[in-house]
Amino acid sequence: MSSRFSVSTLALALAVVAFAGCDREERHSRSKPLGETVPAGESPDTILPGGSQPPAPDPRAKLYDNNAPAIAEGQFLYTRMNCVGCHAHGGGGMGPPLMDDEWRYGGRIDQIAATIAEGRPNGMPAWRGKLTDDQIWKLAAYVRTLSGQPSKDSVSSRSESMSATTPQTLTPREPVHNSDTAER
Amino acid sequence: MRRVNTALLNVIAVVACVGLQACNKNQPGSSSEPVPSGQLPNGPHALPDRAASPPDDGNWVMPGKDYGSTRFSGLNQITPANVGKLVPQFTFSTATTHGYEAPPLVVNGTMYLITPYPNDLYALDLTKPGAPQKWVFKPKPAAASQGVACCGTVNRGAVYDAGKIIFNTLDGQTIAVDANSGQQVWRTQLGNIQKGETLTMAPLVANGKVLVGNSGGEMGVRGWLAALDEGSGKLVWKAYHTGPDKDVLIGSRFKPFYPTDRGKDLGVKTWPPEIWKLGGGPMWGWISYDPASQAIYYGTGNPGPWNADQRPGDNKWTTGVFARDVSSGEALWFYQTTPHDIYDHDDINESILATIPWGNGRRPVLLRPGRNGFFYVMDRRTGQVLSATPYGYVNGYRGVDLKTGRIAVNPDKEPKPGRVSRDICPAAPGLKDWNPSAFSPVTGLVYIPHNNLCMDMAVQPANYIAGTPFVGADVKMYGGPGGYRGAVTAWDPIARKAVWEVHEDLPTWSPALATAGGLVFYGTLDGWFKALDARTGKLLWQFKTGSGIIGQPISYRGPDGRQYIAVVAGVGGWAGGIVENKLDPRDPTGALGFTNAVKDLPGKTTAGGMLYVFALQR
Repeated sequence: MSSRFSVSTLALALAVVAFAGCDREERHSRSKPLGETVPAGESPDTILPGGSQPPAPDPRAKLYDNNAPAIAEGQFLYTRMNCVGCHAHGGGGMGPPLMDDEWRYGGRIDQIAATIAEGRPNGMPAWRGKLTDDQIWKLAAYVRTLSGQPSKDSVSSRSESMSATTPQTLTPREPVHNSDTAER
Repeated sequence: MRRVNTALLNVIAVVACVGLQACNKNQPGSSSEPVPSGQLPNGPHALPDRAASPPDDGNWVMPGKDYGSTRFSGLNQITPANVGKLVPQFTFSTATTHGYEAPPLVVNGTMYLITPYPNDLYALDLTKPGAPQKWVFKPKPAAASQGVACCGTVNRGAVYDAGKIIFNTLDGQTIAVDANSGQQVWRTQLGNIQKGETLTMAPLVANGKVLVGNSGGEMGVRGWLAALDEGSGKLVWKAYHTGPDKDVLIGSRFKPFYPTDRGKDLGVKTWPPEIWKLGGGPMWGWISYDPASQAIYYGTGNPGPWNADQRPGDNKWTTGVFARDVSSGEALWFYQTTPHDIYDHDDINESILATIPWGNGRRPVLLRPGRNGFFYVMDRRTGQVLSATPYGYVNGYRGVDLKTGRIAVNPDKEPKPGRVSRDICPAAPGLKDWNPSAFSPVTGLVYIPHNNLCMDMAVQPANYIAGTPFVGADVKMYGGPGGYRGAVTAWDPIARKAVWEVHEDLPTWSPALATAGGLVFYGTLDGWFKALDARTGKLLWQFKTGSGIIGQPISYRGPDGRQYIAVVAGVGGWAGGIVENKLDPRDPTGALGFTNAVKDLPGKTTAGGMLYVFALQR
């Protein structure tokens, strides 16, 4: 009785894992490990003099974008590292909003990671050396959820706060404009 | 009969709005008809202090107008009868679009403007047509300071004394500039942005000392007030607002009125171990000075973090009033308005120096419209509270016991971990925030520009990391009972009631100006600059400026002998940050919860930074 139950439970669990796996983050369990690095000063899309090609995206970007565990840990860090004190739950305050469609320093995950690591001149602190590179990438992955960028199956359906912001599963995906029309 | 009807309607409105919880009527740009609620005082009334408030010489040399912080102009050319003919004379763009809270200063034919970050100081020549620029002084503060300014990169004003203009920069410097040449005289670094300290207040110069306090109550700073030598900029004394008595400059002259403020090192003992070092209690508001007793009076800011669960105890010497000797900084008395503050109710609001009839004589008092919603009348020699009366809707407290001086918190509203406290009134910015009142000796009334906001608050553990916010709370604000978010209340400090109030749709974040002509001036968050009849509250004149007004209006006598009214329009600060910084209205907790209360503001005004100067049409 109990073994039959276990077997059926196992089968069910396997089925769930198999189906859920269809649309989950990519896992690179057999690939070579990548060095723990955050791009230094990766800037928003900008003029490339002489018609040169934009630099290739950082390979770590793919590992963290749409990665549910990374986003969940990033969400925890977002509160504990006091990001929430300046950026609120995406609406901004001391710092700019993170749920809208404007990115002063670029809205790609590697650009956000660079902003967190290096800081920015109008008051964004530099976290390199205070957080590990892995933590910085996880934070960047979470920040992108505030404007609905990741796929909906990688985000949480409930908010950590009393805030009445919509759950991340319902956050509309904003376009990403590398622009700054805020009055600074 | 009409009074009864109005009262009845108000009751119905209050009940209806409490029921609906968020009752923000959107009447575009309009204020209500004044609601009369009392009689003008007809006996002896409150008067400004003679020594602190000398007769008007036509200049405006400090934000409070005088040491008594009356914000009263003795000029009387502009009256209720002719104010309708008030027209713009000239304008000036400050080249900034941050929230503009400072007043223009006027000294013998020159106007001085101190901008928000980057804190540029302009001198305009009032003797020439169009008031051309004489010079500009650019202190170039660190851009990073913008990231540790909790509630806008504002500056609340410069001050003129003895040939110098003295002001603070956001990145923690106090600077003296020669008023004629625009050349720097001295510059002193006082605040450290790496610890989250900024300087946003206007200095006060008294008895050869430049008094400056720090901002950063949301960043885990340790609050202080410093005195610099006016000639050299060198530090004379510095009094902390937490910690051991020697740091607080508490010694043998310290004689608080209430027993709860007596004892050794209460700035340490009323905190969990070591927490006083991160305890807040900054000083970013207003100081008054009594030249007769050579005492200064000011209040201290909120304790940190907002999550009060992390700091059991009275948290001295935060959220209270200090009297100090100006020369030595020694504390004379202290009264803690809100021990163990749980709602972010800083006590940095203005302390108006006045005398009130008392027995056969007059008693020297402080008039203090508090952030916690109570109007305090205090004996300024002793620190005794003579009365404490709500001047608007308050449910976060039950009242002030005049025997013990202690305020009673409403336990139903106290934020505790694991629950959301709802409908706390007033909200974190208080019934009134920094924007000062005006006090008219003509009517004996205090004109209080204020909010009518309530909030939901949830606390969670705050994590101290130097240079980042130390708050530990999610807040969501909304309009209070009555369906309006701001008001101007004409308060009789002796009868302890309102004579009239005018309701504003949006929170009122602008200071007030009262004039001998019988007018009260203030601005609205959507850019209307208004003149009310000081006796009745009737709206007599209004002008739509280019941006929301949070600046301090002033009045001066021009080189041509005419009376002028000046104000800078430039929305921002805590209330207007949603416009200035393009915050996203979809997150109700944005701007520490203010976003939710002003979601409609981006549709009603845009950022700016323009001086407007008015006079009667010739």
